[in-house]
Amino acid sequence: MEILWIILKIVIVFAVLMVHVMYATYFERKVIGHMQVRMGPMRVGPHGILQPIADGLKLFFKEDVVPEQVDKRVFYIAPLICLISALSAVAVVPFFKGFAIANINIGLLYIFAMSSLAAYGVVLAGWSSNSKYPFLGGLRASAQVISYEIAMGLSLVGVMMMAGSLNLTDIVMAQSRSPFKIYLIPQFIGFFVFLIAMFAETNRTPFDLPEAEPELVAGYCTEYSGMRFALFFMAEYIGMIVMSCVGVVCFLGGWNGPFDVPGIPFFWFILKVYLFIFLYYWVRATLPRYRYDQLMALGWKVLIPLALFNILLTGTMKSILG
Amino acid sequence: MDSNESAARAFEPYEIQMGPQHPATHGVLKLDLELDGETVIGCKPTVGFLHRGVEKLSENLTYAQTLPLTDRLDYIASMANNVVYSNAVETLLGIEVPERAKFIRTMVMEMARITGHLLWLATHALDIGAMTVFLYCFREREQLLDLFEEVCGARLTTSYTCIGGVRQDVTGHFLETLHKFTEEFPSRVREYETLIDQNRIWLKRTQGVGIVSAEDAVSLGLTGPSLRASGVDYDVRKHLPFDAYSEVEFEVPIGKRGDVYDRYRCRMEELLQSNGIIRQCIEKLPPGPIKADDAPDLVMPLSKKCVLADATLTSGVIKLVEDRKHYMEGDVYVSGECPKGELGFYFVSDGKGRPYRMHIRSPSYIHIGALPFLCKGQMVADVIAIIGSLDVVLGECDR
Repeated sequence: MEILWIILKIVIVFAVLMVHVMYATYFERKVIGHMQVRMGPMRVGPHGILQPIADGLKLFFKEDVVPEQVDKRVFYIAPLICLISALSAVAVVPFFKGFAIANINIGLLYIFAMSSLAAYGVVLAGWSSNSKYPFLGGLRASAQVISYEIAMGLSLVGVMMMAGSLNLTDIVMAQSRSPFKIYLIPQFIGFFVFLIAMFAETNRTPFDLPEAEPELVAGYCTEYSGMRFALFFMAEYIGMIVMSCVGVVCFLGGWNGPFDVPGIPFFWFILKVYLFIFLYYWVRATLPRYRYDQLMALGWKVLIPLALFNILLTGTMKSILG
Repeated sequence: MDSNESAARAFEPYEIQMGPQHPATHGVLKLDLELDGETVIGCKPTVGFLHRGVEKLSENLTYAQTLPLTDRLDYIASMANNVVYSNAVETLLGIEVPERAKFIRTMVMEMARITGHLLWLATHALDIGAMTVFLYCFREREQLLDLFEEVCGARLTTSYTCIGGVRQDVTGHFLETLHKFTEEFPSRVREYETLIDQNRIWLKRTQGVGIVSAEDAVSLGLTGPSLRASGVDYDVRKHLPFDAYSEVEFEVPIGKRGDVYDRYRCRMEELLQSNGIIRQCIEKLPPGPIKADDAPDLVMPLSKKCVLADATLTSGVIKLVEDRKHYMEGDVYVSGECPKGELGFYFVSDGKGRPYRMHIRSPSYIHIGALPFLCKGQMVADVIAIIGSLDVVLGECDR
């Protein structure tokens, strides 16, 4: 029975997540559209509400073009690595009290591991395409993700120190017991570093260098089309949602809110996640793109020292306050 | 294997072909880049993918028939090409354009400059990743294109001028709408600036990138804002005034360092200056004829039927009286300040109704020639910023 219950949970989370991914694309196009004095999708259904379904169908029925000189096996596997590792990361996220597919004690480390694995998908996609622009995109992705992984990991060390646990549920519980109720206030340096690393980790503007359109055409996914391209696309959006979840769990107090909404235990969680997602879109509509060397300089010379300082500060405060 | 061979194999540049189908080369420009990591060590531009032989075609067409071809040079600001071309032919024919036509020409040329610069800003910002500026710019550009449509019936391929004047007079409604546009346009420019002018990422991407000194800029043959950003004060409108430019007041913005940021600032200042010129033109617009009395006659058919009936017409659509007495023999070079730089027309005439030879000095062609110099030692992402900052258009480059 235990196993059936877990499978049921997985199916529910997967289905709900996929719907959210679909409508995250719609939400993005609408938000950016209105920021750019236009309407966004309007044609399919009222206010273009069915646009994601139309997009999905189109991508699904597209011809699957595989260029002749690619390394076929790796080329097929790469998008799957991206998608599966992104999906696996969702398993440990506590959406509301007592609801996580796997409530494991190393939850935070597990999420880092999964998001690092996703980088393999990007690198292998760039490599196996046997084409110049994807190759450059893949190289950029590997350097970028490795650098920002460190910054992100270090930025969350402060949270781990305060909560005394790597279990995401425990982190939320510890937060509700802390004086400010959320770790955003005592950990504002960590949050700042996390926020920037979050954008880089998911390859979003202003750090979308692996797929920088004006420079590298479409970066690592230049040679991909149809459903395989859609897999990368989904992986990116799931990655965004996962990173938002981590942000919500570690800094914004998880499922806790100013008051309880009866019947919808995940209300505050979803709201906060969408706050982050909106931030992603807002930044995309506002900022230009960094250059590769500037991105590396920001990661190594600013974010990592800042995160280390935050650890030092947290440790000092903890020992002073007992 | 001898040691020379192994040394040569130790380092091989990564060759990459940017274009002709590439999202950021502004048309069908192809760059053969040699990379060391992400650093460009060699850059070879290839042009000619859009070659239509305008110069050769013009030898078989009358002067009036070549005018529509000039629309297709810098198709982003075709009004400016029309004006410069007409000026060149009028110099050859010795025709003096009436005052009103001169002011109208100045006005539409500055409108063309704003449309050209807006499209430049839109695509340049998009290349660097700021996608919202793109759509904001198109909003204002659209208003100007609508005005073009009102005055001549076409939005892009205008062919508005004719030899000896302009085709149609401007209406009161046109002037009113344009005046309203000039009133709100400065606030729009400030709106673009709020998005990128103080943005740290924008400054990092543009300042100190693609620097060209004043001497280099002159010897590379740069003109227009790309030259002035390096600190060289040269503007055809100011130094060899044509049309009504001697009667309007404006400043020529000059840069200092000659990097991508200065070129960007120069063009942003020019947007405001052009706006001022348009306002002055509207205020000072004198009454009178819009076409010179001694302009060559264009016999336009009344309807399609007429053309079919009159089989004596040589071209079927346009008949230009070929045997005019005062077509000058000899050479003439006339240039004008277009949005991209100095556009010049060089005619060799043997006294007939069509040029013996025509050469177009297109700024884009010369600017692309400066790319290898500018791109060397920069990053791949900078190449995109530099192409954008030079503001090339391939229709004009390939002619």
